Amino acid sequence: MIKFQNVSKIYSPKAAALDGVSFEVKEKEFVSIVGKSGSGKTTLFKLILAEEKPTSGRIFFDSQEVQKIKTKELPELRRKIGAVFQDYKLLHSKTVYENIAYAMEVIGASDQEVKRDVAEALEIVGLTNRTNNFPVELSGGEKQRVAIARALIHRPEVILADEPTGNLDPYNTLDIMRLLLKINEAGTTVVLATHNRDIINSLDKRVITLQDGKIIRDEENGRFIL
Amino acid sequence: MITLIKRTFKSGWKNCSREKGLVFANIFILVLAISTLTSLFLLKDVSQFLISSIREKIDISVYFKLDTTEEDIIRIKEEVAKIPEVKEVQYVSQEEALASFSNKHKDDPILMQSLDEIGNNPFYASLSIRAFEASQYQAVADFLNNSSFTGLVEKVDYYQRKPVIEKIFSFVSNMNTIGIVFSLLLVIIAVSIAFNTIRLAIYSSREEIKIQRLVGASNWFIRGPFLVQGAICGFFASLICLVLFTLLTWIFGPKMEFLFPGLNLFTFFIANFWLIVLIQMASGVGLGVVSSLIAVRRHLKI
Repeated sequence: MIKFQNVSKIYSPKAAALDGVSFEVKEKEFVSIVGKSGSGKTTLFKLILAEEKPTSGRIFFDSQEVQKIKTKELPELRRKIGAVFQDYKLLHSKTVYENIAYAMEVIGASDQEVKRDVAEALEIVGLTNRTNNFPVELSGGEKQRVAIARALIHRPEVILADEPTGNLDPYNTLDIMRLLLKINEAGTTVVLATHNRDIINSLDKRVITLQDGKIIRDEENGRFIL
Repeated sequence: MITLIKRTFKSGWKNCSREKGLVFANIFILVLAISTLTSLFLLKDVSQFLISSIREKIDISVYFKLDTTEEDIIRIKEEVAKIPEVKEVQYVSQEEALASFSNKHKDDPILMQSLDEIGNNPFYASLSIRAFEASQYQAVADFLNNSSFTGLVEKVDYYQRKPVIEKIFSFVSNMNTIGIVFSLLLVIIAVSIAFNTIRLAIYSSREEIKIQRLVGASNWFIRGPFLVQGAICGFFASLICLVLFTLLTWIFGPKMEFLFPGLNLFTFFIANFWLIVLIQMASGVGLGVVSSLIAVRRHLKI
C-alpha cells in the first residue's frame, strides 16, 4: 500500500532528514515508527502526504508514484489518508464540529451523513460537550482528540498518526490507542509515530526504528529499543 | 453541486461574521476605491460641462459699418453659416447691442450718463461667429477679409482675441489630458490599495489554507468561501457608497448649481442612477472577488 524505495530527504547538506530509506506498509497493517526527535518520523509523513518532495528515491501509494501526482490531483490522494499531526493543524476559524465536518465536506458527503458521523465521532473522542468551541478554547489533549476525530471521520484507507498521544493523560492515551487498534481491526492501515515506549511495547505490532534518518531496525512484533 | 454551492456560501458568510474586524477594514478600503471610481464618473460629467461652457463663451465678432443695412447683414450671415468650420452665427443688431450694454451697466451711472451724452446709438451691428475648433477661427477670419462684402465690415475682432482664444483652447485640451492621466492614476492607486488589503487579510489565513489542502480539499473548495467573502465585502461597500453619494449629491447638488448654473449633480446622479449602481456593484464585487482569487492562488501550491 505504501512503499518507500531508497528515499532521501536533505534539507541541508550537513544533515539528511531521511537517508536511503526503504520499506513497505501492507494493507490493513499496523506499523509503528519510533525514533528520537529529529530522526525523520515527521518528514516521512510529510513525504507520504506529498507536503514535501523527496530529494531522491521513490514513494508509492496504492502503486501510484506520489511525487508524480499533479498538484491539482493531490486532494484525491490526501482524501485516502487520515492524518493526525503533531501540532494538530486544526482550522482556528472553525468550531470543533466544523473542523471534523470539514473532512467529510471535502469528499462531498451529504448534510445528513455529516451530521450523523460527526456526532458519532465526537462521542467516540469524548467531546460532545465541546461541539461549538473553537480550537483556541480547548486544552492540548482536546485539540489532539479533535484532530483524531477529523482523521477518522471520512473512513480513510490509511491513518498517519504523528504523536497522537503526545498531549494526552494516560487514561486518554489508552482510549486513543484502543481506538486506533479498533480502526485497524476494521481494515484501516495505521502508521503510528511515537516516543511512548509503553505503548509500543504493549502493542506487539511491527516496529520500524529510525535513527539519524536511517532505518536501523524493522521487526514484526517489535519493541521500543533505542 | 447544490450542496457544494450552499456550503461555499454558508462558509463565506460565516467567515465574514467571525472576522468582523477584518471585514470592516476590507469594506472601508473598498468604499474608498468605489468612491474614487464613482467620483471620477461624476467629475467626468462636471468637467465636460465646464469645458463645453468655456468653449461656448469663445467666439469672434464681425462689426459692420453703421450704414450697412440689416438685409445685407442677414445675407452675409447666411453666407458665413455655409462655411463648414462655422458652428453657429448669431446676428446682434445695433438696438440689441445697446440694450445689452445698458442692461449690463445699468448700475454704473457714469457710463450710462456718457451714453446719454452721445445722443445716438454708437454700437455697431455685428455677427457673433462660433467655430468648432480654435484652429478654425483663422479660416473664418480669412474668409471674412477676402469676401465680396469686405467693404461693409468695420472690424473683425479675431486678431485682438487670437492669443486668448488659443490659450483657452490649449488650457481646455491640457485639462482634458491631465484629467484622464490623473483619473487613471487615482484608479490604479485605489485598486492597488484595495487589492493589497484583501491580500493581507488572506495572507493571515495562509496556515488555514495549507491545512485545508492537507485534509484533501480541492482548490475550488478552498477558494470558494474566500471569493464569497470578497463578494460580500464588495456588495456592502457598494451599498454604503450608493447611500453616501445619494446623500452627498442631494446636499451639494443645489449648491453646485448655484455656482455653475445648469449643472446639478443630484439630477445627473438620479438620471444615471442604475448606471452608477452597476458601476459601483461591478467595481465593488469585482474588486473583492478578483483580489481574493489572486491572493488565495499563491497559498494553494502545497
